[in-house]
Amino acid sequence: MEAVIIDSGGANLASLQYACERLGARTHVTTEARMITSAARVILPGVGAAADAMQRLRQSGIAAVLPALTQPVLGICLGMQLLFRRSEEGPTDCLGVLPDGVRRLRAQPGRPVPHMGWNQLCALHEDPLLEGIAPHDYVYFVHSYAAPVSSDTLATAHYGEPLSAIVRRRNFWGTQFHPERSAATGARLLANFLRLG
Amino acid sequence: MRAGQVVKGVRFRDHRVVGDVMELAARYRDEGADELVFYDITASPEGRSVDREWVRRVARVLDIPFCVAGGIRCVADAEEILNAGAEKISINSPALATPSLIDSLSARFGSQCVVVGVDSQLTEHGYRAYQFTGDPQRTREAGRDVLEWVGEAQRRGAGEIVLNCMGSDGMRRGYDVEQLRKVREICQVPLVASGGAGAVEHFSAVFTQAGVDAALAAGVFHCGAIVIRDLKRQLHDAGIEVRP
Repeated sequence: MEAVIIDSGGANLASLQYACERLGARTHVTTEARMITSAARVILPGVGAAADAMQRLRQSGIAAVLPALTQPVLGICLGMQLLFRRSEEGPTDCLGVLPDGVRRLRAQPGRPVPHMGWNQLCALHEDPLLEGIAPHDYVYFVHSYAAPVSSDTLATAHYGEPLSAIVRRRNFWGTQFHPERSAATGARLLANFLRLG
Repeated sequence: MRAGQVVKGVRFRDHRVVGDVMELAARYRDEGADELVFYDITASPEGRSVDREWVRRVARVLDIPFCVAGGIRCVADAEEILNAGAEKISINSPALATPSLIDSLSARFGSQCVVVGVDSQLTEHGYRAYQFTGDPQRTREAGRDVLEWVGEAQRRGAGEIVLNCMGSDGMRRGYDVEQLRKVREICQVPLVASGGAGAVEHFSAVFTQAGVDAALAAGVFHCGAIVIRDLKRQLHDAGIEVRP
């Protein structure tokens, strides 16, 4: 099991690397477009701001090659949001693999923003990424922006409103939550991804 | 934490060693803790920051989020700790000394990484914030009203507030619901209750009466008086949503 992790400039790639390590997978962290095009699987993580991350992906040439990849790609948290057409954070144009726009969560009484915590997955669709994962399993979210529910949504979560917890289009998957910090459920999802392709 | 060991005091004094960091981290992971918080309590009073090596060791074994605190005084300190695998960093004394540190950290890493810990005590001037609470000799009132400080911390980009109620810390007589309720009214980011947990009822009370997003406890878990799995089962039975 192998995967290349894209270094989009945000901190905290270590927790993702360690999670893959615990599953027995080898990972390489890179900013090089040609390493990414030849990888068996690609993970686009992301902690930080969308505009900043997009600028780094454009500078390194990754933004130009990523939407055309044919191997399995997994975007995590900000990495998932970057797969969409546009984000309100910045605002900035993103990679455009998925058509919708990412919107800011608005704080309401009983719904603090950022959304940080464990929430249940709902309305799961059948997909190889979700093998062994059941509705109502809990996963760990940390975000202030979210993608609306659409025909690309594989699972939803509810935080004041329904949002896309997992999306897929073609060979591109994305999770709004952090599988590397979502205990057994997250480990299962990562293990499923590392077997794709 | 102090020198690689987990310690616990009463009202921030008389700390005793309760175990090894790695053993406790693995134990709480397996018992179903939702998040772990590591405070290097003597880092700020001693003018140093957290040792990165144990952050890395902890990150290798944990598959749940964890937060690290202790003497983080600049963006570079925070970056090293986040790069070592922590989800969040928590700042307390350095934020009181240099409030703009909150702005710099949230601009660089996003507010979701930036927790502001507030050590609060009721005085004749109301609830006041305290600094250098890891060392009883150096603990001092920081010249800040707690409600004003929590408001300012949010405006500067704090993504979470942990309110450590010093008067109830280590006493196991329950969280300071009254104070937490006051802070909740002005806190739009996640609020974590800390200090005073001694029984399962204390947890259900702080969730239902103070409306906090999470409850932090140390002593009752370290000594085994409350087992996390049993606690969660009882909270669930009381109608409070918890991850099983």
